[in-house]
Parts: sequence; C-alpha cells; structure tokens
Amino acid sequence: MAGQPGDTTVPLLDIRDLSVDFAQDGRLTHAVKGASLQVMAGETVGLVGESGSGKSVTALSVLQLLRGTARHAGGQVLLRGRHGEGSLDLVSAPESLLQRIRGGRIAMVFQEPMTSLNPLHTVEKQIGETLRLHRGMTGGAVRTRVLDLLERVGLRDAASRLQAYPHELSGGQRQRVMIAMALANEPELLIADEPTTALDVTVQAQILQLVRRLQAELGMAMLWITHDLEIIRQLAARVYVMEQGEVVENGPCTRIFSAPRHPYTVRLLSATPEPRLPRSLEAAEEVVRVEAVQVHFPIRKGLFRRVVGRVRAVDGISFRVRRGETVGLVGESGSGKSTVANALLRLIPRSAALLAGRVLYGGTDVTGYDQGQMRPLRRQAQVVFQDPYGSLSPRLSVGAIVGEGLQVHHRDLPAAEREAMVVAALRTVELDPETRHRYPHEFSGGQRQRIALARALVLKPRFLVLDEPTSALDRTVQKDVLKLLLDLQGRERLAYLLISHDLRVIRALCDHVLVMQAGKVVEEGPAEQVFGTPREPYTKALMAAAFEMKAVTDGTVRV
Amino acid sequence: MIGLLPKSWSPLSRRRLASFRRNRRGFCSLWLFLLMLLVTLPAEFIANDKPLLVHFRGRWYVPALRAYPETAFGGDFETEADYQDSLFMDDIIKAGGGRVLWAPLPWSYDTVDAGSDEPAPARPGARHWLGTDDQGRDVLARVIYGFRLSVLFGFALTAVSAVVGVLMGLWQGYSGGWVDLLVQRFMELWGSMPTLYMLIIMSSFVTPTALSLLGLLLLFSWMGLVYVVRAETLRTRNLEYVRAARALGLSGPRIALRHVLPNAMVATLTFLPFNLAASLTTLTSLDFLGLGLPPGSPSLGEMLQQGKANLHAPWLGLTAFLVLAVTFTLVVFIGEAVRDAFDPRRGLGRAEATR
Repeated sequence: MAGQPGDTTVPLLDIRDLSVDFAQDGRLTHAVKGASLQVMAGETVGLVGESGSGKSVTALSVLQLLRGTARHAGGQVLLRGRHGEGSLDLVSAPESLLQRIRGGRIAMVFQEPMTSLNPLHTVEKQIGETLRLHRGMTGGAVRTRVLDLLERVGLRDAASRLQAYPHELSGGQRQRVMIAMALANEPELLIADEPTTALDVTVQAQILQLVRRLQAELGMAMLWITHDLEIIRQLAARVYVMEQGEVVENGPCTRIFSAPRHPYTVRLLSATPEPRLPRSLEAAEEVVRVEAVQVHFPIRKGLFRRVVGRVRAVDGISFRVRRGETVGLVGESGSGKSTVANALLRLIPRSAALLAGRVLYGGTDVTGYDQGQMRPLRRQAQVVFQDPYGSLSPRLSVGAIVGEGLQVHHRDLPAAEREAMVVAALRTVELDPETRHRYPHEFSGGQRQRIALARALVLKPRFLVLDEPTSALDRTVQKDVLKLLLDLQGRERLAYLLISHDLRVIRALCDHVLVMQAGKVVEEGPAEQVFGTPREPYTKALMAAAFEMKAVTDGTVRV
Repeated sequence: MIGLLPKSWSPLSRRRLASFRRNRRGFCSLWLFLLMLLVTLPAEFIANDKPLLVHFRGRWYVPALRAYPETAFGGDFETEADYQDSLFMDDIIKAGGGRVLWAPLPWSYDTVDAGSDEPAPARPGARHWLGTDDQGRDVLARVIYGFRLSVLFGFALTAVSAVVGVLMGLWQGYSGGWVDLLVQRFMELWGSMPTLYMLIIMSSFVTPTALSLLGLLLLFSWMGLVYVVRAETLRTRNLEYVRAARALGLSGPRIALRHVLPNAMVATLTFLPFNLAASLTTLTSLDFLGLGLPPGSPSLGEMLQQGKANLHAPWLGLTAFLVLAVTFTLVVFIGEAVRDAFDPRRGLGRAEATR
C-alpha cells in the first residue's frame, strides 16, 4: 500500500483542535468542531466524510483560504519548519507568508477542473503562472518545465496541448493539467479535495494510478479528501473519518476497514449497495418498448445555418421494460444514456434533433405524437432527475411541487381530494406530510430526492425513468433511497429505467443491463451475466475501473 | 401572477424583505416617498380655490369634486358658482345661513390670483408661501398637483411598460427560434425611432392630453425590460425544474408563467425603481421643452422652464429643482436598497475575518 510514514517524528502537517464557524443571517454554524489530524512527510492520509462533515472546510483551512468568509474559532494548523526552524502556525501567519506557501510547499487540487481552471488562459499560461510566481522563471525555461510537467502527468501530445484552452480538453485531461499545476513547484504536501468525483469511473482509475506513481517518484505527502472509501483503500495508509464537523475515528486503513469501531464508520462501510438477486419476470406485461431509436443532433455551420454533419447521440438502441422490472442503462458521460431517456419521454423537440425508430407505451405507438397528444399519456411515464437541488422549484412549497401534476391531469377533482393524494404520495416516500408547507431548501438532499419521487408517484405512473437518482447523494442516504425504490417496485409493480454511471447502483436495482458507449449499445444482457462474465473489452474495462479501481491502458477507453 | 403576490411569503422573499429593512437609507426613503405621495394624492382637498364642503339650507355640497351651478345656491345664473367672488359668497351663502369649509391652501394649480398686490411672479410671502409663477399661479399648489401628476404618470408608464416588456421578454425567450429572431429585429428597428421627433410631429396634429402622451411614451418605453427578461428566461428555461414540469405534462405558457416568470421578476424588480426615475425624467424634460403635457397642467418641468426664463425670480427654479432633486434622490435610494436586497451574495458576507 502506498504512502508509508516519513522518517521524522514531527508531523509535516499537524492540525490541532481546529474549529471553524460560519455566520449567516445571525445564526452560527459550527462547520468544524475540534478536529485534529496529522500528516507525516511522504505519507498519504485519507479524510473521509459525507456532505456537511466539514472535511472540505478543514482542507481549505490548512491554506487559510476561507479568510473573510469563515470565522476561525480555535485550534492551530502547524506546518513543520524547514532547515531546523520551528513549526509555523498557518492560522496566524501573515498573508504574504501564506502566499509563498500556497503553491510552494503546499499545493491543492480541487474537485471541479472546469471551474478551477481559468477558461480564458491557455494551459501553458496557467501552469506557467505558478512557476513564475514561486521560482521566478521566465521565457523558455517556463515552457520547458511546463512540457516536462505535462508529460509527467501523462497528457498525450503535450506539445500540441500547450496552447489549448480548458474547454478544449476532456475532464480527465483537465484534471491532469490541474495536477501538473499543483506539482509544478514540487510541494511537500498535496491536498486533494475530491479530485476524481466529477470524473468518469475509467478516467478516475487512470488518475488514481497517476497519482500513486507521482507520489512514489516525488516522495510528497498527500491529504486525500473524499466520500468514497474505496479510493482510500487503494491510496492511503491512514484514514480519518469525519462526521458533523468532528473526527470520529482514525487509524491505519487496514484496521479501519476490517474492524471499525465508531458506529458511523460502520454505517459508512456498510453503505455499499448489495447486488440484486436474479428473479423471473416472464409473465409480466410490457410497459414501454423502444425499437431502433436514433437521436441525431444536427451541426449547423455557416451563414445560412446549413447542416454540415450530425452528432449521433444515440445510434440505434432497442429494449423493453416490463411491469415490475428494472432495466439499467450504463455508460460514461457522453454515451447518450440521458438522451435515450429524453427521447423515451418525448422531451426532445422535433426541431432540435432527428429522431428515428419507434417508442411504444404499452402497445401504443407514440413516436409521432406531438406535445398535445403526449400530455394525457404523461401520467403513465414519469421521471426523477439527478440534481435534488435543481429539480425542485425554490419558490414553491413542497405540497405545491408534489401536487403540480395533479393540477394538470386531475383538474376536475376537488382540491381536498387532490390534497389527500399529495399527502398519500408523501407518506409513500416516507416523508412527514405535515412538512408539505415548507420550502425545498429546508430539506436535505436525500429528502429532496424523495420529494421529487413523490412528485412523480402522485400521478400513479406505470413507468419511472430514474436519471442518476442518487448520484448527488451521500452513500448512506443513497442506501435508504435505493431501498425505498426497491420496496416501491415490489408493492406497486412499477417498471423502472435506471440510468447511471455508478455500477454499484445499477447492480443493486437492475434485472437487465445495457452498456452504452458513444451512442451505441456495446453489450446487453441479464445483470448477473453482464457483471459476472462481461464479454466485450469495454465492459470489462468498466468493471475493472469501478470495482477494482484498475486502469486499462490498451486503448479501449479514452484517456 | 403567482410570482408577484404570494399567498405566503417564501423564506427567500422574507429574507429579501429583511435585507431591505436593514438598509436604513432605502427603508426611510421608501416611507418618506410614500408619505409625500399620500399627502399629495388628495390634492383637491389640500389646495383648492373651491370650498371643500358647503352646508347650505340643510344640504351638503362638495364643490371640490362636483361643479354646482349658481342657481343651486340661490343665485341668478346657470353657470358654475364662482366661489372666489366675495359678493356671491357673502350675499348668497352666508346670508342664507350657509357654512363653508375651505382647503388649507386656497389656491388651485390654475388659479390666477387677481387680488394680489405684487406683480407676477410674486415673492414668497404670507399670501403665497412659495410665491407665484409668471402667470400669477401659486407655486406651492402647483408643486403639490405637479408632484402627484408626475409620480402617477411615472407609475403608470413604468407599470404598463413593465407588464408589456416582461410578457414580451417571456414570450421571446421561451419560444426561441424564429420568434426570438423576429422580435429582436423588430425591437432594433422600433428602438431606433426618434421619440422626440415623433412627439413633435404628434403635437402638431393634436393637442396632447396626459393619456395620449402616456400612450405615445409607452409605445417606445416597453423595450427596456425585454432584454433582461429574455436573458433570464433563456437561462431558466434549461433549469432542471422546468424540465421536470414539462415531464409532468404542463403546457408551455403554464410553465413560463409559473416557473420561469418568478425568476425573471427578480431582475425586473431591481430595475423598476430606476425605471420610475427614468420615466419621471422623461416627463420632466418633455415638459421643460414644452412638448409634454398640455399648457396649464401643473408640471415640474414647466416650472423649471419658467425658472429659466425668470432668473430674477429664483424661487421658481429653486422650488422645482429641490422638489425634483428630493424625489429622484428618494427613488434612487429605494432602488439601491431593492437591488441590494435581491443580490444573492450579500447575505454571506456578514461573518468577520478568520483571524
């Protein structure tokens, strides 16, 4: 396992009893309460927790990046001195000193590479900036060093990428650029705040492999922050578990994973969803069928917006979903799975894309239907989206949100009866109906996803499209939501189309799985067959990356 | 419209209201402005050359609101009673046992004071607290009526152009495609028309009334909000909850009004006070040029023009200037407070530094 402790006894980074508060609208939130953490030189330490645990705030406090926004309520952040000097408390360090340390001795990599890179600066300029700042390098020396760094992080065709802008690079490439920026001055400590969470699983495996190699080469220490325990198992020697601002448990990885002590750690470790047992569904009637559907988006260029080509978002897919069955669509970003869902729900306007193939709702061909004809059928097929924060209107109360569909489809019913249906729907998703007068922002992510589910269920659909329903949720919350979905399916015999990039979630819910890559179906079959004995190389690479964090470098997946 | 007057305030709206209240300058300006408006709204009851109430032979008359012929008071002629005629008042009303209640200020905006000792424009004195203008009309009365007229005109202009602008912006942003393109081109053409020349041309055809002036200004002022609302609509259209509403089966206009409009209203509301100030400016400058309200109307712009023409009578220019300055200052303070209340970033900066 990587990241063995360094050879001195004084920790490189020593966070002692750190407390950070946020004040908003007169209320004080204790984001971090007396957290203590040590990183020795050359060691990899993991910091694990769910949303709201305070792990990111702790990381940002190391480099004092929250000055002006958060209030430091106590504790110290000690950085070991160099060349025999004493330790330096970063909390009370002046800004000029901190600026020398940031990017110099301690570097940081963030989660979202698209927003962490300046969209108006080329790759060379961004990486060069930190070189100029900390080392005073100029001109040709900068260029050479940048090229060297890019090659080190495994960016293909580095020379041609020097003048590229961030939006011209893929997610994985951007994150490599960020890592290059962080490593430019050979820091002693690299703080990584969920750097792979926003990446596809195969790219994530590659980045992890890269980071392991770099750490071995440079001998630097790493503080890796994530909610994914599997990554920590692959990377870190020791791990700290945070909950609600406190460090609840810490220790060597081997011990934590085999014998966790704190109940929260136990819960975290058991939150991995269990695979679904295969069952027989032969007798069930068909609810939705998709036949050879293609969705092509035209590329228009020129003065007259002539069509010069097509983006084949979906290039021929066929499947059917029966009552009580879950069909899963797996793929990475850009594979076209969400487009399939939109096409199935007839949410793609004809003017935007060319649609071919047939879509049938329970035997009725709805391919040619316009919005007016679709409206009465929308009761049958509903959808739950990924983002629990964006899919609920912030201005409507929960009751209004859930009852919105009723106003369209059951307008003739008296208001009291519609209200009763809303209450029933909220009870089904295990939310207290009394809270329906509150507004969405008062609920947590998992609760909001339940509200979205209630909104879909109140119309009593036969078919539910779940577009990454738990991707934005913490693992423990995800477990509860998945259980709810399974129970609902058992009771109401709902048909689900589950779209996800998270293979564990697919395995937990699906009976039949289709693997998509670049718009085409690469492999399909019963879940136990696709997961247990995948045939296609792409599927095998996906499974290796998702379950073993193994990167495949034979060209099957893009870099 | 759901977004404008919610039955129960959402916490977001409540926080914005609290933020507005915290801005003392804006909050006090709002109250001051409303007070001024409230005081000048019943202008007919504050400054009038006709009595407010007359009790004559057991019956009540309200000359401030209705025109009564002389014969109603026992006079000889069918024309409207002239309450300024002291003979008429003494003989007929007082002799007949009548009681009269006058307004605090015995001048209306168009009363030419024939009984004054000084030549027009008269200095401020006991008789005319702010003096008279160059036609002998009381300045204070004109200010009261003029303020009311300007502000109500400004409100009407702002409100109607806001409604038209928001609806156009919504329609344009939500429909996209050809509708968007065509409306944009139309607005470019229409917006390049010279408003001033149109007004001059129109005033040569027909003497403009306040309503026709409002109509003409409306023809061109609705475009101000369209761009902002269109941009907000284009942004909101792609939000997840709009997609969710479409999946539920809501029709286009319903989604636009229920989900998209409230978001667009945020930007609109922050613009409205400044639009009001702009409307007031437009009216004032038109009056200053003589192209606005018909002559004789109480108007602050016209008083400015008189002030310019009568520099030996500084009370004219100064009064108009001060009234306008105070009005605009209050409106701008209110506007700034509204804008800051709606600014999503401001609420977070309340904590002290981490030190």
